[in-house]
Amino acid sequence: MKVLLSWLNDFGPFADPSDESSVETLADEMTALGLAVESIDRIGSGVDGVISAKVLRVEQHPDAAKVRRVWVDAGEGQERHVWCGASNMAAGDVVALATLGTQMPDGRTIERRGILGIDSEGMLCSETELGIGSDGSGIMILPADAPLGVAYTEAIGLEDDVIFDLDLTRNRPDCWSVRGIARDLAAHRRQPLASPPAGADYVEGAERSVPVALEAGDRCGRFTTTVLSNLAVTESPEWIARRLTSVGMRPINNVVDASNYVMLELGQPNHAYDHDAVSSGLRIRQAKSDERITTLDGVERVCVTDDLLICDASDAPVGIGGVMGGADSEIADSTTEVALEVAWFESMGIMRTATRHALRSEASARYERGVDPAVADDAIQRFASLLALTCPNLVLHAGTVDERGSALPSTERSVEVRVSAVNRVLGTEFIADDLPPLLDGLGLRVAIDDDRMSVAIPSWRPDISGEIDVVEEVARMFGYDRLGRSVPRAAVHGHLSAAQRRRRELRRVLVGLGVSEAMPNPFVASDTMALAGVDGPTMRILNPLVAEESALRTSLRPGLLAAVAHNEHHRREGVSLFEIGHVYPPGDGDLPDEYEALCVVLAGRNAHDAVAAWREIAAALGTGAMIDQGTRPGGLHPTRSAVLRSGRDVIGVIGEIAPDVAGRFGVSERVAVFEVRLDGILASEPRPASHRVVSRMPTSDLDLAFVMPDDTPAERLERALRQAAGDLLVSCELFDVYRGQGVEPGTRSLAFRLRLQQRERNITDADIAAVRERCIAGAERLDATLRG
Amino acid sequence: MIDDIRSACDEALAAVASAHLDVVDQLHAELLGKRSHLSGMKAKLGSLDAEERRVAGSALNQAMASVSAAIDERRAQAQRAALEARIDAERLDLTEAPPVGRRGHLHLVTQAWEQLEDVFVGLGFTVAEGPEVETDWYNFEALNMGEGHPARGEFDTLFVGRSDNELPGESGILLRTHTSPVQIRAMLAQEPPIHIVAPGRVFRRDTPDATHMPVFHQIEGLVVDRDITMADLAGTIEAFTRAFFGEEFTSRLRPSYFPFTEPSAEFDVRRPDGSWLELGGCGMVHPEVLRAGGLDPEQWSGFAFGFGIDRMAVMRHGVSDIRDMYVNDIRFIEQF
Repeated sequence: MKVLLSWLNDFGPFADPSDESSVETLADEMTALGLAVESIDRIGSGVDGVISAKVLRVEQHPDAAKVRRVWVDAGEGQERHVWCGASNMAAGDVVALATLGTQMPDGRTIERRGILGIDSEGMLCSETELGIGSDGSGIMILPADAPLGVAYTEAIGLEDDVIFDLDLTRNRPDCWSVRGIARDLAAHRRQPLASPPAGADYVEGAERSVPVALEAGDRCGRFTTTVLSNLAVTESPEWIARRLTSVGMRPINNVVDASNYVMLELGQPNHAYDHDAVSSGLRIRQAKSDERITTLDGVERVCVTDDLLICDASDAPVGIGGVMGGADSEIADSTTEVALEVAWFESMGIMRTATRHALRSEASARYERGVDPAVADDAIQRFASLLALTCPNLVLHAGTVDERGSALPSTERSVEVRVSAVNRVLGTEFIADDLPPLLDGLGLRVAIDDDRMSVAIPSWRPDISGEIDVVEEVARMFGYDRLGRSVPRAAVHGHLSAAQRRRRELRRVLVGLGVSEAMPNPFVASDTMALAGVDGPTMRILNPLVAEESALRTSLRPGLLAAVAHNEHHRREGVSLFEIGHVYPPGDGDLPDEYEALCVVLAGRNAHDAVAAWREIAAALGTGAMIDQGTRPGGLHPTRSAVLRSGRDVIGVIGEIAPDVAGRFGVSERVAVFEVRLDGILASEPRPASHRVVSRMPTSDLDLAFVMPDDTPAERLERALRQAAGDLLVSCELFDVYRGQGVEPGTRSLAFRLRLQQRERNITDADIAAVRERCIAGAERLDATLRG
Repeated sequence: MIDDIRSACDEALAAVASAHLDVVDQLHAELLGKRSHLSGMKAKLGSLDAEERRVAGSALNQAMASVSAAIDERRAQAQRAALEARIDAERLDLTEAPPVGRRGHLHLVTQAWEQLEDVFVGLGFTVAEGPEVETDWYNFEALNMGEGHPARGEFDTLFVGRSDNELPGESGILLRTHTSPVQIRAMLAQEPPIHIVAPGRVFRRDTPDATHMPVFHQIEGLVVDRDITMADLAGTIEAFTRAFFGEEFTSRLRPSYFPFTEPSAEFDVRRPDGSWLELGGCGMVHPEVLRAGGLDPEQWSGFAFGFGIDRMAVMRHGVSDIRDMYVNDIRFIEQF
């Protein structure tokens, strides 16, 4: 929210706008109170070189239709010629002339520039160009009686001022007003909250009422109407217009401006109807389905029954309650009597309506957060006294109608607060008497009864409803920075869990294997899993941002395949990537069976590389799994894939991505892959390995080659050989695989090297021969025959 | 005879000297072996008389010894020359080294995540984890954001269901919008004292831009014990600031609002140049949140804090667009 320093100072003073350091101090103070200052804009110091000048005459040049030639006099009694793109000036107007050499706020420098060979000796400026307003439609016209040749700021009486842009938190609706912010500051400084300069006197008039039928009392807690007469619609006083402009509201006329001014100052939205349009009364009811109303912004709104409408006596809607008035009851230039609506609406309903119609007004923004239910009377008085500035004979009629609904919060609330509780949370050592001075200025009235205090909550603080809310106010007013700093003694020593340590170890091993970490999006399109050959249902995202992200992945493969494709398309073939991330297959209950998985993809490599990488990782983590090529996992190369089994459980898949699947993901390389569940692997930390004494006895190598049918896994033969070698085995390694001449088709030769050793004595030829015999026998049971 | 021996010896020494280095190993057999000239002369010694034999024998032994020594010397020479030749032949320009197996790289978020974990472990915290798909109760309700709580609107939530026909929110299942549900899970799972941090992935219904991703990462801290005060919060934030950023950094708390803490604060880090970095939110655990965690707020008190991990990662490396971290482009990954 934007707030003007001069306006705040009406309730202060708080800072001197022309004193840089006092402005900085105030900004820091607001931030320290929780009213975070996002930016500070200084206005009024103006743009050097822009002076007041009188328009002498305006001409059109026959060859330049879009620009005008203007001759001005800047008080020196001589003519200056400028080209001007605007057309809203006439002879006699006083305008803002940027002289040659002026540095404009947007960075331009005004230079002698010509059109059609005729020089321009400066530029006439709009409000926008000078950074003082939002009106960029034409050049700024200064007061007709302004002196000529003086700085434009002086000509319009613009004083130094500062706009603070505050980032307000949701719990502080009271600060959506100048008075609310000023109240916090005054309370913090222990200075009284001053009253702003009054407007002008108005006349108290005879009783006149606009009746109110409040039907939706559960949505509208309070609805008041007040009649004002003897007014004339005109321009607002300069200072009101300027204040509104500086915080981003466009001045309209004295009535609308007074209404807006009151809202900005007191935080109470209000609406002035042309009295004639609503004189028979107003009715507040819920909308009928498909009921239509054209709001002030000229848009026709189609309502639902949850919307709240303000209707006239004929039951025609004249406004959407708390959000925006209707176009039909708008103030006209001829209006002389208005009915002022000052109401209180329940916030959730306003939020729903504003969201539904995508219509966030200054009013709805305040009602959504919560308006002071008791500020209506102040608002009515303030509106009248401001309007009286331009309407000297203004009559404020008695007979204000003030209907209340069940939604109106109690204005008599109090909270029990224990001083001990304050100290317990804040770590302070307050005594009861310390607290009232901190809280008084906020309007929190404290009655002390020993350790217990009864704190009366003001109507403008709906956020305070319990002891802890008061504790926070104490902390805020005392100062967060004064609460001290200590470090709690941790009762446990900090550490990572075994699983967390193992996860880190896993990442280090992967990196050592040359695999880099990717983080694809866990959201996928509804058909992505099927395209990847991963069967089974997926959890759905019910309100996805885009359709491509409407399901939750059940495998990490699609994301990594997309990453491989991306890199391939950028001439980086052969990437090795991994992801450790969650997958979310549907479970028995509402929640998915979410678990953590690891997937590794090695582009340009084959299934053997996947197995080698997996074995390296399994060894590092002290885990393992059986490679079961008898089960074909979906999405993998049918003759180059296996499932990984731990006991009976399938914990993963390994092999190569099926060529057709790779193609669907835009990958042309061969991709080795494995994907495993991590939950079990990380959770089961192996016991530390027991030391085996390294034997000093000599070793002997035994090389054996067997011919075995292709459909028997080499791993089975290896296991048979290991078993056959028994205690004598030091290592067993497959060192050659041969298919071709001399080996029958459908079989292959597998050559193993067994290193043998007797741990306690020299190994003998007889020992080796015995192992050899056992190996041959074991191999024969697998239909593997010794290759001659 | 002596002359014969002398000339045979000179002959042999000349042969050694002129022998090619490749055949040096054969010299011994050739010049001193059974069939050598010198050995042949040894056989003839028997035909000499005692005195002559003594003199000639001695001369012959000397001759053979000197030839043998010459052969050894020649062999040593040969080995030196072979070594030199090998060394010369094996000359390598080490800068011609081809690229070998490139090491892999951890994701920037992982790097920041682990650094943060390490700092908090050093400060006495353990690391807690929780599911990414959560129930409405853990994500909102238990955190003092019941149905209709206005703050819920600010957490643009992605809702999850089993079929596309469900209405968003109908089943109460969602992608957690913050790591705070782990607070509740920790309180329900263990008795205080609790000193945990919970790093994790979180989700918001945000259109990606240079500073926002719908999927990002946070780290959350929770301390619950008897007599934990706001001074403990400020002190812990300060300790973290110095440990993570450096001794020349300091921190401040300023009032803010979160439904799950009260008093609530933003915490900012002051850089050595005096500028402030808005880092995260924190506060004293709200009594309602303690109750939801099964703890009596009269017995226990605590504080919580949280901030984004992704931002730490991009700040550290000057990554200007957070989306770059999630393209999985190897040319990006390899830089870190």
